[in-house]
Amino acid sequence: MTKSTDQSRRTGPSVGRPGVAWALPGVLYFAFFAVLPMILVAYLSFTEWNGLGTPEFVGTDNWERLFSDSLMGQSLWLAFLLTVLTWVVQTPLALLIGVWSAGYQRNRALLSAIFFLPLLLSSVAISLLWRTLIDPNFGLPAQIGGWLGIDNIDLIGQSDTALYTLVFVATWQFVPLHSLLYQGGARQIPQSLYDAASIDGAGKLRQFFHITLPQLRNTITTSSILMVVGALTFFDTVLIMTQGGPGTDTTITPYLMYQTGFKSYEMGYGSTIAFVLVIMATAASLVLVKMTGFGAMRSTREGM
Amino acid sequence: MNSVATAQTQKVPLPLRPSPWTRLSKRLRSANYPAGVASLFWLAVIGIPLYALVASTFRKTSDYLDQGPLSVPSNPTFENYHKVVDMGFDTYFINTVIVTVCTVAIVVLLSVPIGYAVVRSTTRSTQRVFQFFLLGLAIPAQAVVIPVFLIITELHMYDSLAAVILPSAAFSMPVCVLILTGTMRDISEELYEAMALEGVSVAKMLWYLTIPLSRSGLSTVAIYTAIQAWNGFLFPLILTQSREQRVLTLGLYDFVGEFRVDAPGMLTAVLLSAVPLFVAYLFARRALVQGLMGVGGK
Repeated sequence: MTKSTDQSRRTGPSVGRPGVAWALPGVLYFAFFAVLPMILVAYLSFTEWNGLGTPEFVGTDNWERLFSDSLMGQSLWLAFLLTVLTWVVQTPLALLIGVWSAGYQRNRALLSAIFFLPLLLSSVAISLLWRTLIDPNFGLPAQIGGWLGIDNIDLIGQSDTALYTLVFVATWQFVPLHSLLYQGGARQIPQSLYDAASIDGAGKLRQFFHITLPQLRNTITTSSILMVVGALTFFDTVLIMTQGGPGTDTTITPYLMYQTGFKSYEMGYGSTIAFVLVIMATAASLVLVKMTGFGAMRSTREGM
Repeated sequence: MNSVATAQTQKVPLPLRPSPWTRLSKRLRSANYPAGVASLFWLAVIGIPLYALVASTFRKTSDYLDQGPLSVPSNPTFENYHKVVDMGFDTYFINTVIVTVCTVAIVVLLSVPIGYAVVRSTTRSTQRVFQFFLLGLAIPAQAVVIPVFLIITELHMYDSLAAVILPSAAFSMPVCVLILTGTMRDISEELYEAMALEGVSVAKMLWYLTIPLSRSGLSTVAIYTAIQAWNGFLFPLILTQSREQRVLTLGLYDFVGEFRVDAPGMLTAVLLSAVPLFVAYLFARRALVQGLMGVGGK
């Protein structure tokens, strides 16, 4: 948004313009169901509450407990690992698939239509599908392992493969959405840039690195923010596939919060964990926005 | 950016009427073969599990346990479908439809006036509204489930469909407001001025000008919200309890216990839960794809 349009708007006639009252119902609704909980989570983190009755103020007890809780430390490390791994695996894949499917060739259109399908399934459906498919006795590991002569591949029964399995399922679930974002972004890159580059003798690879990637800067930021915040709140899949196990080896922070709040009925301490999550998600988005200069929203069409 | 200018001034001469043969060979030469091969690999990654999903629903449980998920069903059966429908799937289905329709209705009804005010109003407070929703984007629903649970129980709405609908709608709003303001900004000022000269009221401008001209944004918002509501799991999980108030995702989750060894039954429930979205995709693929693409912004 530039200054000049702002000013022309301000000097325009004020008749026939809606006032702030138009936005009020929506603002109040959102404030009540989304902003108020944010404030409440901060308050509840200083209370003890079992889900019934009224929360009881206990000062900084929960916070002291949090800093000495080894499970919390482990869960943060696991959440960090999961976030980094999903980003590293998904971004190149989504970028390549997205740019590829931005082409208008018939085979690309057809395959893209199939690549889209996981987007239609809920995370519950996807987790249950994969849980069934990787069953060590009756699933794919048994069938494929049988062909290869390997027995008993229990992917979610061992701690390291359990985490990689979660990363894989997340990739299967979310790459379609992100490649769609990249497809949309790539289609908006003006063809004239590529024409000019090929006249100058730039090959496909150089065009990709010098035109496509820089032009997709904003899409990369949007997609990365969605991925990081998504990974930090990755919960359904863990609940259904591993239940935080084996042991506590996939107990990431959001799952720890759910368990503390809704399984052990320690909603006060659960809120303390939740508050840390809110801070982490906000901080991660802010860092990404700052790092990529997204806030300035520089035009990608400079000089054209 | 010099090269751009030269590209625009020096038109590359086109050959006169290329024969079909040269056109074909040109297409084959420009085809990207490594990418083609890689795309087939990804097709296998996406396609094989989906094949196993569909094929397994037509298998008897005993056949599945013998032959594994990848083999072709030898004697297809529909008994899994009967079984799943008999387990209360229809109730869950109707509940999910109610939740989805109400959520979309609330989001559209509340977000459209917000977008309209943000784009058209000149007051400073309305601009703050926009920043308010930008910040709202950063609130992850997962992190505030405990206070949402507190609010819903205080309102005496625990274990009702309204308990699922109200917060689901709220958490869809920031993205929707963002999308709608993006679309509404593109409507030209002159159209509004022309209407203002005629003395058209603010409400009528919204109805006859803004809404018709922001149809693409509206469909994006509706599609995004509908998919979110249809597939939502967290709010139903913590805010409902009884079988009568169960939605599909929660029903699926509860099937886990009942289908412990019955993989075909489980997979049939998984497939059935997505049928409406698959049908929507079949008939309105373009709208769905464009809709989700729009979420990424312009």
